[in-house]
Amino acid sequence: MPLESVKEEITEALRKYPNKRSAVMDVLRIAERAAGGHVTKEAMDEIARLLEMRPVEVNSAATFYTMYSVARPVGRHRIWVCRNISCSLLGAEHIIAHLERALGVKTGETTPDKKFTLDVAECLGSCGTSPMMQIDDDYYENLTEAKIDEILKGLK
Amino acid sequence: MEKILLKNLGNPDAHKIDHYVKGGGYKALDAALKLQPDNIIQMVKDSGLRGRGGAGFSTGLKWSFIPKDPAIPKYLCCNADEGEPGTFKDRGIMDWDPHLLIEGMLIASRAFGAARSYVYIRGEFVFGAKRIQAAIDEAYAKGFLGKNIMGTGFNHDMYVHRGFGAYICGEETALLESIEGYRAQPRKKPPFPALAGLYGKPTVINNVETLSCIPAIIERGPKWFSSMGPEKSPGPKIYGVSGHVKRPGLYELPMGTTIRDLIFNHCGGMRSDKSLKAVIPGGVSAPMLTAKDLDTPMDFDSLAAKGTMLGSGAVIVMDESTCIVKMSYIINRFFSHESCGKCTPCRDGTPWITKALRRLENGEGRPGDTGLLESLCTNIFGRTFCPLGDGAVMALRGALKNFREEFLYHERHKRCAV
Ligand SMILES: Cc1cc2nc3c(=O)[nH]c(=O)nc-3n(C[C@H](O)[C@H](O)[C@H](O)COP(=O)(O)O)c2cc1C
Ligand code: SF4
Ligand code: FES
Repeated sequence: MPLESVKEEITEALRKYPNKRSAVMDVLRIAERAAGGHVTKEAMDEIARLLEMRPVEVNSAATFYTMYSVARPVGRHRIWVCRNISCSLLGAEHIIAHLERALGVKTGETTPDKKFTLDVAECLGSCGTSPMMQIDDDYYENLTEAKIDEILKGLK
Repeated sequence: MEKILLKNLGNPDAHKIDHYVKGGGYKALDAALKLQPDNIIQMVKDSGLRGRGGAGFSTGLKWSFIPKDPAIPKYLCCNADEGEPGTFKDRGIMDWDPHLLIEGMLIASRAFGAARSYVYIRGEFVFGAKRIQAAIDEAYAKGFLGKNIMGTGFNHDMYVHRGFGAYICGEETALLESIEGYRAQPRKKPPFPALAGLYGKPTVINNVETLSCIPAIIERGPKWFSSMGPEKSPGPKIYGVSGHVKRPGLYELPMGTTIRDLIFNHCGGMRSDKSLKAVIPGGVSAPMLTAKDLDTPMDFDSLAAKGTMLGSGAVIVMDESTCIVKMSYIINRFFSHESCGKCTPCRDGTPWITKALRRLENGEGRPGDTGLLESLCTNIFGRTFCPLGDGAVMALRGALKNFREEFLYHERHKRCAV
């Protein structure tokens, strides 16, 4: 039962809606966190049972929304660097190249020590403080190479 | 100008309810609860407020479409999906003044009789979602949410629904599908959400900035609101400026501020004092303008007259060093990535455009690629199920209209002209 430990959170999510299916996005997010950052097939099957959906419907939702990491294990910290227009105008390419150098991986990859997964994003709604990136739940804005080194060093 | 929407930007205490109430917060709700619901709708109509989510539809009119039968449950959804590249304005309100939004949502709900509302916030905005949730909890504790609000018999429950990385959820019917737990693909209209929206019930979908204008309209009156800016699109407007300006950021100004005033006065002019090449006035779906258009007032109608749009009010400024082919590639890569896959012209057309633009940008352009782009635009435009596909095409058409030579240069010389 992969979701046993997060039962209360799931009950809380279900309380928000008049039907069970509406909670699927919240429950997927809860399951993702419980499994250390990715959604497993077992979790999706259990979600289907809990929310009275067909497994394929849960999978369909999970794969539509791009922030879920479906069946793809990720590092302890997920990094999304914005590369859309406003960030690109202020040097997103250099920021991405610097991160790839600093972490020794290409975008889309996880470091061998499983500490970081580096991904790109297409606008994170922080365009006035570009270039920027998101690490886990937090935004890091007005980036420079030196600032990135500092941030990476600060993460356990 | 006195700020209404962004007066608390950066204020570390303003998100707390005590601060909000001390500053006169929830007084407008109190006043609204003493009015007849129809009077609230009339005031919002009279104010001239038009939706800040992009389409510019009259907010009061939208509310008036909701059936009056009290036996039918109704919903309000606040659109906080904010995904259009260049746009970061709603975050300015949610992060720093969440109670302003909640108060606006409560007044709206009272006006057309919604007992439940959802704030649909994009998944990446974790900070904002926490801020809104904390503010909702505070409002329940103080009796501004829940049963018998301020002793008037009005009941209302409010919830946060977090998205998880899909721009199309900003389209109002896709947003409803997403709350219902499906893939977020737009619905056929009609029926419009006002008649059959969330769970098939009458629903209003409004943008964060739109709803945040409501308390001030109730408190100070529709005349005060409509005296700001142009007659046909009045009120305060948040412009989010990014790109090559000295001081990017959020600016709350009267609707109809000119592009020149915004960039050269408020934002301190161009970064490194280079000259301005192009400016996108309303998020990447809005066709770009050039230096000759700088005196255009930024309101719904003036920008439409220039063949572009106010959209989300996201102003993206590009200087002379910018390659328009590259920017077009980046913009279209976004749209093809975000296409929901429901209709063929958008699902297959936007990646095709992106591929041709990538070739041009990488110096691998083929003879005729510029013409190919133009014909793809013609074949997609007006043939898509929802406005996302049209938005992709309009943006590219704007670039091709003003900078066709640059595309041709890439095609012929396999490199950039700038
Ligand atoms: C592809 C697409 C994306 C959209 N994204 C947003 C968005 O992020 N936020 C928003 O408020 N409106 C967005 N809209 C507009 C909404 O569909 C809707 O018109 C708006 O939320 C209505 O609110 P308003 O009347 O207050 O403007 C989008 C529309 C489309 C077609
Ligand atoms: S235009 Fe694009 S986003 Fe809209 S319904 Fe068609 S495929 Fe989906
Ligand atoms: S373009 Fe990077 S945050 Fe918007």
